[in-house]
Amino acid sequence: MTTTTKTAENGVNVAALLGAREALTATPAAAQFKWRATSEWLRGTHSRHSVNGFFGLGGEQKHRQTFQFESDHPEIFASPDNGATPVEYVLVGLAGCLTAGIAAVAQNRNIQLKSVKATLEAGMDIQGILGIDEQVRNGFDGIKVHYEIDADATPEQIAALVAQSQKRSAVFDILTNPTDVTVTTRKA
Amino acid sequence: MSSKPARADVVIIGAGHNGLAMSHELGRRGIHHVVLERGEVANAWRTERWDSLRLLTPNWMCRLPGHSYQGSDPDGYLRAGEVADFVCDYARRLAAPVLTHTPVTRVAAGEGGYRVSTSHGDWLCRAVVLASGAFSKPIIPRIAEGVPPGVAQVSAHDYRNPQQLCAGAVLVVGGSATGVQLAQEIQRSGRQVTIAVGEHVRMPRVYRGRDIQWWMFAAGLLDQRIEQLDDPARARRVPSPQLAGTPERAALDLNALRAEGIEVVGRLAGIRDGKAQFSGSLRNVCALADLKMNRLLDAIDLWIEQNEPAGEVGPAERHAPTDVGASPRLGLTLGHDVRTVVWATGFRPDLSWLDLPVFDAKGALKHDRGVVDAPGLYVLGLPYLRRRKSSFMHGAEDDVRELGVHLAAHLQRTARRVTSAASRCLPIDCSNDEITRPHTA
Repeated sequence: MTTTTKTAENGVNVAALLGAREALTATPAAAQFKWRATSEWLRGTHSRHSVNGFFGLGGEQKHRQTFQFESDHPEIFASPDNGATPVEYVLVGLAGCLTAGIAAVAQNRNIQLKSVKATLEAGMDIQGILGIDEQVRNGFDGIKVHYEIDADATPEQIAALVAQSQKRSAVFDILTNPTDVTVTTRKA
Repeated sequence: MSSKPARADVVIIGAGHNGLAMSHELGRRGIHHVVLERGEVANAWRTERWDSLRLLTPNWMCRLPGHSYQGSDPDGYLRAGEVADFVCDYARRLAAPVLTHTPVTRVAAGEGGYRVSTSHGDWLCRAVVLASGAFSKPIIPRIAEGVPPGVAQVSAHDYRNPQQLCAGAVLVVGGSATGVQLAQEIQRSGRQVTIAVGEHVRMPRVYRGRDIQWWMFAAGLLDQRIEQLDDPARARRVPSPQLAGTPERAALDLNALRAEGIEVVGRLAGIRDGKAQFSGSLRNVCALADLKMNRLLDAIDLWIEQNEPAGEVGPAERHAPTDVGASPRLGLTLGHDVRTVVWATGFRPDLSWLDLPVFDAKGALKHDRGVVDAPGLYVLGLPYLRRRKSSFMHGAEDDVRELGVHLAAHLQRTARRVTSAASRCLPIDCSNDEITRPHTA
């Protein structure tokens, strides 16, 4: 029997990522990014948001196109439900970040992924946002993420992928550590 | 005050085990040198460590070139004072040319190499070996500025024992060997302890009937070289494992701490309005540590299978995953919930007197496996300097031998007159008598 070393193909350009890591170690200024979004109220709890431009690698950058998102609240909140609730976007952001990380780490470790499926659930006591109980926080009381992953790897290797992805995830960090938020206002 | 500088081919800064091992190496090579020591031999072990500290490595690993542990307890762990005695014995045995109570105040370029200024005058030399230690200064994160007045703070560098703390609950920040050891003894002193834990290294003290260090030593893990690693910078940042050198050889992981009533929380992420905020990443850092521990134990099991070591070997075992409880706490009010914060957040070298352009943008010394980015300048004893064992006592031997080769070649290249260099060489056993303090006029 001959053994061949197969190269995993998860669609992640690891060489580019490692190259960027090396280049940005030498030029930390280029590593400074600004992520942006704009948002406009439509009616009720319905708003439309868009992202396109961002700053990085020392200059203004653009997505291939403008991406738009609508947020609203479901009908049980007496809203017309024109889009996902903002807190659901938070879950989507976390899933997007962790799953991208899993693919990148798997590629770097030469692990072929076959399927990666995540289920996310966040608990919330809405007595907080409704101002019923001051002791209850507005936000999630916890987030549970479950991954079902099929890959050419042992269960331990798969667990290590998911753990490493959390370690390097921006959204995981944003959710698990405090972030200073400044909101300013001007009369238009 | 003017002074006439003294001369040596090499000045070694620091008479700890690394400086003395290098002295042994240079003596063996007949290279004229002096060891400058700010205090007494093994000063940090004598004066800058907490009372209960013991080595993380068993006594049979206490080995320096030409000197090894000869006591009756090879499987025990030396106390800090015993380490100091061991190193002092070594200095006497070598008759090392040590000038004690001679703190270095500046190292700069000088005639023919370097000028080393001390409180007792200057030395001119062609090479300098930095052996003043990797653990001289405590690292305190900037968020410490947010600790409200009235809450006591102490670093692991200044901590000696629980009696120096005021009564009341304690927050220990850091989950490496230092943090878990201090958390345990402070909890046992009757103060409620919370320990804030980021990425850490979990390891059993004893595995399959032998010290974990025995396996790591035997399997060659401690000999792993830095240049063979994918991410050397990361390897050098890995914190010390959650181990203690206690006579009971008990495990000191987070499960053991929780069993004693210590509360385990995530990394201290911020302090806002007097409230300590802990990261929600605790589960993941524990998962990472459990996975890495199991990979280490897998590697040991495989080595045992392939090498069939002599003597009794216990059965393979796996430890319970780290249990952080249903919902780890995310905040504590400093002052109300916590009277004292203990910073067990790491140590760094103190090279503030090194006046040479050899530091990177982050203030770390630029070196390639101990060869500093300035001709004739060397450093010893930093974590993973050349091998995993570089910061261990028994790691000094290989490092000083290899750096000694480099240093000798440097001296040869820069020798102006071979005869004058030879005339200044000392015999193998350097004697104190041949070293004179610089004369202060």
